[in-house]
This record gives sequence, structure tokens and C-alpha cells, in this order.
Amino acid sequence: MTELRNKNFIKKILSQIPLILLFISVLNNFDFNYLGLKYFSFNFSYILIFYYSLKKSESLGYIYIFIAGLFNDVVIGTPIGLSSLMYLILCVAAAYLRNITLRPSLIKDCIFFLITILIINSLLFIILNFIFYYQLKYFDQIINIIFTFLFYFLFSNLFGFFENNFVGRTNAR
Amino acid sequence: METSRDDFVIAIRSAFLKKGTQQRFSLLGLIFFSIIFLILGSLNFKAINYIKIAINEVVYRSSFIVSGPENFLKDSYLIAQNHLNLYNENEKNKSELTILRSKDLLNEFIVNENKRLKNIVEDYVAESDTIFAKVLSDKGSPFLKSIIINKGSKHKVHLGMVVMDEEYLIGKVVQVNYLSSRVLLLSDLNSKIPVIVEPNGIQSILSGTGKDYGVIQYSKKDEIIEDKSIIYTSGAGGLFKSGIPVGKLDSNYLNEEQNVTFFSDFSQLKFVKIFLYIGNEVK
Repeated sequence: MTELRNKNFIKKILSQIPLILLFISVLNNFDFNYLGLKYFSFNFSYILIFYYSLKKSESLGYIYIFIAGLFNDVVIGTPIGLSSLMYLILCVAAAYLRNITLRPSLIKDCIFFLITILIINSLLFIILNFIFYYQLKYFDQIINIIFTFLFYFLFSNLFGFFENNFVGRTNAR
Repeated sequence: METSRDDFVIAIRSAFLKKGTQQRFSLLGLIFFSIIFLILGSLNFKAINYIKIAINEVVYRSSFIVSGPENFLKDSYLIAQNHLNLYNENEKNKSELTILRSKDLLNEFIVNENKRLKNIVEDYVAESDTIFAKVLSDKGSPFLKSIIINKGSKHKVHLGMVVMDEEYLIGKVVQVNYLSSRVLLLSDLNSKIPVIVEPNGIQSILSGTGKDYGVIQYSKKDEIIEDKSIIYTSGAGGLFKSGIPVGKLDSNYLNEEQNVTFFSDFSQLKFVKIFLYIGNEVK
């Protein structure tokens, strides 16, 4: 009986891992800048939110994504509410893709993800540059988009592996 | 054709409005909420500012704790790298020490003479009480370069205060909360400070690039600036006193701009000094 309760407890903790990862990623902003790589940056939160909104939407509540966006704005110093808006647009795109997809495939997901982050980053650039007068560099954003897109392949496999082997009872493919 | 348009509308409507399992809010509602936050925030609405300050205090502390493991990895990596470079650095330091010892003899005389001259021209000669602060977080986005420090309005930190790492300028305070503040680094794209390039004495503006170096702007094209020239603050504009070392010109970069390598490594900041320069008359 105790063993069963322990198992359920561990399963509950494991199912909360995406949420924990999301908050760690917005509070910590993995950037690997100490490696001294000049042109390297990617947005882990985008990958995480898109993947889990698409494959296992019950893992990440929209309200938590909204709060994570507010935290992210505070950490990186952008106008409050902006990251939340971007994250939620990402959720809309993922939900739309989920609704129209009959046979899921990684390539289709990736292409849709690329289009979505292109739109999101364009929107981000327009809002920051033209409304809030922040100076941004096109080139840095392009680098960020490319690496985020490339890392989607890696992380979607990792998340899939994690869901199938540790959490179980999943529709992640 | 009509059917496919209907499908699209249904899919979009469902994406926006349908609350999935365990979702308490619809996406459309939250998107509206974010837009309201953005608009009211840009209009400096009081309630939003209070929310922002409360989130700041919570997030800065949490960010410091959450960054712990990554900082440990970062420190370990840097320690290993430092050990590998130890021999070369020692040789370089030895030769530099010999040169510096000879220069030090002249230095004291020049400092005293400088103080005397500054008294004559009524330049900044005094500093307010120095506040030492710990860097809580240096996790900027790839686009914004700033750090968070653990001193705020409670410790008499004000907007625009000068922030230094040892004797080198690193930025200024741009946001003050009750227990923490944000410092805009010189490397940020929005940072622009008046500088003087020595030994030629050329007045210019040092602008951040969003990377780990800055660029010299608004100097005449025909002015010849020597490589390895030292960049100091010029004191123009009144925020910084003149003569704070900032960095040196470096021609190693592969572009045509005049790039400046900062003396201080902004990714390695642990503690910083904050103060305000006070003019003769205030003193």
C-alpha cells in the first residue's frame, strides 16, 4: 500500500517536471555565455511551451505559462506582459496545429514551429523597436531563431523519451 | 472550398476558446490580459507598477537561487580554464609588473597634481559613500545586457548612480526597487557614454553592441586612432567624472568599426561598487 502511494507520489512529481523546467528556464535563462561562443543563443522556453502545448497540453497550464512570461519579462528587462503574450501566441499555434493534425510527424511540427517563432520574433521586434524604442539587432534574432529551430529536433526527442519512459500514459509521439 | 474554410475557422476558434483538460483559463482571455498589462505598463499605470515591483522582488531572489547550479558549473569551467592558462599568464604578469613598478613611481605625483588641477577647474573630486553590492543575476536576454544587484532604495541607491568593478566603469543604475536594482551595462545596445580616447585626446561616444565589446562612434573619419588606445570617460554630460578607465581599442575584430574591449569582464561580475560623483560645491 505504502509502495503504491510512493509510486503515485513520484509519478506526480515527474508529471510536474515540464512546469518546473519552464520556471527554471525563465528564471535562469540558459545562455551558455561562459563558453565564449560568440554567435549562439536559443530560447528553451519556446521549445518547451510549444512541445507540451502540442503533445501534452494538460502538463502546462496556460495560467502558469502566463505567469512564467511575466517572470521572464522581469528577468530580462522587457516591458511586462510582452513575453506572456508571445508564449500564449505560441500556445495558440500549438493548439491550432493539434486541432488540424490527423497524423502527427516531427518534420511537420518543426516546420510549423519555425513559422510560429518567425512570426513571434517579428512581432517581438516590431513591439520592442517601434513602440518601446528598444534597439535590437536583426542578426542576433535570426541566430536565436535558427538555433531554437534546430534544438527543437533534439529537445522534442528528449521530451518524448522522458514522457514515454518516466511519466507513461502519454499521447506524446 | 467552403468546407475547408469552415474547418479553419473551427480549428482557430477551438484553439482560442477551448479550455483543455486541467486548463482553468482560455487562451483568448489570457492574451487579452497580457495586452492590457502591456498597455497599462507603457502608460505607467500605478497598479501595474506595484505589481511589477512585487514581481521584481520575488523573481530577482528566486533567480539568484535557481541560477545556483548553473553558476557552479560556470565557476568550475572557468577554474579549469584558468588553471590551463596559468603558466602563460604568469609570464605575462611578470613582464607587466616590471613595467608597472616603474610607472607607479610617477603615478603618485601625477595623481596629486591632477587633484590640484581639478580643484582649480571645479571638476568632480568627491564621491558619495560607496555602496558595495552583490550581483544577484547576470542573466540578460541575448538582446539586453544588464545585471541585477542586491541593493535598492532601502540602501540609498538612486537612478543614474555609477557602477564600477574595482576601478573600471561597468554601467549605471537604470531601475531601483526596494531591495534590488538593475544596472545597464556598457555593452548594452542602448548604452552610450561620452569618452575620450588617449593618447590622442579624441572626444567620442562609446556605444554598446549587445556583445562583449563596444564601439567608438561619432568621431571624425579622418581622425587616426591608434590601436590599443585607452578609453576613459570624458566627463561630458556630468554623469561620470572624467578619467575613469573603460577599455582599450582592439583591432582584432573582423569589422571596420573601432571596437573597444572592456577592462572588466561583465560575465564574471560578483561584487560591484555603486556611488554618485559629487561636485566641489556640494562637498
